[in-house]
Amino acid sequence: MLLIHCPYCEEERPEVEFAGAGEAHIDRPKDMNAMSDAEFEKFFFIRDNLKGVNYERWRHIHGCGRFFNAVRDTVSDKFLTTYKSGEKKPDPAKLKTGKGAK
Amino acid sequence: MRNYSVFSLAREALLGHKGWKEQWRSPEPKKSYDVIIVGAGGHGLATAYYLAREHGITNVAVIEKGWLGGGNTGRNTTIIRSNYLYDESAGIYNHAIKLWEGLSQELNYNIMFSQRGVMMLAHNVHDVQVFKRHIHANRLNGVDNAWLTPEQAKEFCPPLNISKQARYPVMGAALQRKGGTARHDAVAWGYARGASDRGVDIIQQCEVTGINRDASGNVTGVETTKGTINAKKVGVVAAGHSSVLMQMADIQMPLESFPLQALVSEPVKPIMPCVVMSNTVHAYISQSDKGELVIGAGTDQYTSYSQTGGLHILTHTLDAIVEMFPIFSRMKMLRSWGGIVDVTPDRSPILAKTPVSGLYVNCGWGTGGFKATPGSGHVFAHTIARDEPHEINAGFTLERFRNGRLIDEAAAAAVAH
Ligand SMILES: Cc1cc2nc3c(=O)[nH]c(=O)nc-3n(C[C@H](O)[C@H](O)[C@H](O)COP(=O)(O)OP(=O)(O)OC[C@H]3O[C@@H](n4cnc5c(N)ncnc54)[C@H](O)[C@@H]3O)c2cc1C
Ligand SMILES: [Zn+2]
Repeated sequence: MLLIHCPYCEEERPEVEFAGAGEAHIDRPKDMNAMSDAEFEKFFFIRDNLKGVNYERWRHIHGCGRFFNAVRDTVSDKFLTTYKSGEKKPDPAKLKTGKGAK
Repeated sequence: MRNYSVFSLAREALLGHKGWKEQWRSPEPKKSYDVIIVGAGGHGLATAYYLAREHGITNVAVIEKGWLGGGNTGRNTTIIRSNYLYDESAGIYNHAIKLWEGLSQELNYNIMFSQRGVMMLAHNVHDVQVFKRHIHANRLNGVDNAWLTPEQAKEFCPPLNISKQARYPVMGAALQRKGGTARHDAVAWGYARGASDRGVDIIQQCEVTGINRDASGNVTGVETTKGTINAKKVGVVAAGHSSVLMQMADIQMPLESFPLQALVSEPVKPIMPCVVMSNTVHAYISQSDKGELVIGAGTDQYTSYSQTGGLHILTHTLDAIVEMFPIFSRMKMLRSWGGIVDVTPDRSPILAKTPVSGLYVNCGWGTGGFKATPGSGHVFAHTIARDEPHEINAGFTLERFRNGRLIDEAAAAAVAH
């Protein structure tokens, strides 16, 4: 089971308190009717599914209830960092050596 | 290739089993092939086998980064059934069942296909309605599937708890009598032996690290840890790693890779006569010929390539198992393991040509592709050899996520199998 640091509650809690919410930083389109089929496909179905450093969303569903983002390595399953939604994508090169690395 | 028979067994028994030969060759890769298959799981090996056997294309390499059958093929719980909802699914999974029925004879290899029946339990009104709908849809498609009352279910599977006092009482079941299990390793080994014997080179411990293309974008071969290998046609059959491989050709896939786990108990005498699965309590179980209870868990909620999942997923599954079979509550679990399954948005596979000429993909089998192994290899070989899909896999395109022609089996396969 993963240990996940909720950036709102500011503490590490077991994974069972959280719901995974898929890839992060996918912008919801402002006008779906104006999208081409290819754009809709990319937004709705296509996923990076990276092997390695990955950006994803979580929701602290049995805690504060809020959505936040995380950087996690999908080979080791370790989190590099978590951050509040709306904050910018952290640069993974800095994270690996930085404080967030575990 | 020496045929396996009662006589060869008797002969070797008398000679101290010293005369058995290797089942497949382990050659160094040639510089070029007509077709390269990436991934020596059951689907990749079956594809190579049918390319050689059905289409006479024998200058084929199957390239595997680990050992053959060491991916999901060797990690799955081996459940075989074809009672899916949609016509396309009925087509491909039933095609597979027909091939399974003759496969041991065809390969001269005992794959231990056992049609012991797969029973899916209904625990609430919704389950009952959904299963009956499936049974009707299946009947129209010539797929066997029958409704059982709780008492009939118990008769078919005596250890089952049908007490009304259960937290989720059994309200009935859908039974596919033609469903069952097969020995997963033997499937990989049998296809490997058959393919190798027909000239296919199986290259293990060789990772594909790039897909090469010429100036006009056509595939020219692959980069590997054993150097460049050329081919005009490349088929990617890499299960959990499909996104990674397709990215090498600049194709982004509608896939996510999740850990999926299974576990086995200590071996006991025969007690489970069939396969039982329940979407609602979320567990499924059968018994191997060695006597172990084989139990399948669910996927983790996050994407991963680690081949390990969380312990709470396993314990949750065991909660459900003892609910259905209180008799197993004292059994000890011996081993658990994980595989990485590639899941599509509509829970149906992709077996198709791609936007890159010469590149073909067979993926997205997710939690339930073992059952399709022979059918998948058979139609994918056709797709590669003819450069057009077989009518059975014509619907399983990559474009369906753009044009909306989904094959939405999400409800049909809510439990991992
Ligand atoms: C725990 C578990 C239980 C399951 N239970 C069932 C079940 O009961 N019934 C059912 O029908 N299905 C089940 N499945 C699903 C089933 O196992 C898969 O759908 C099926 O085995 C996929 O076969 P494959 O040949 O496509 O993949 P694999 O057997 O995974 O083969 C893909 C191969 O590609 C290789 N590869 C990857 N990347 C590269 C590279 N870069 N270069 C070279 N080689 C590479 C891998 O090493 C691997 O050997 C289960 C899966 C799991 C994990
Ligand atoms: Zn929180």
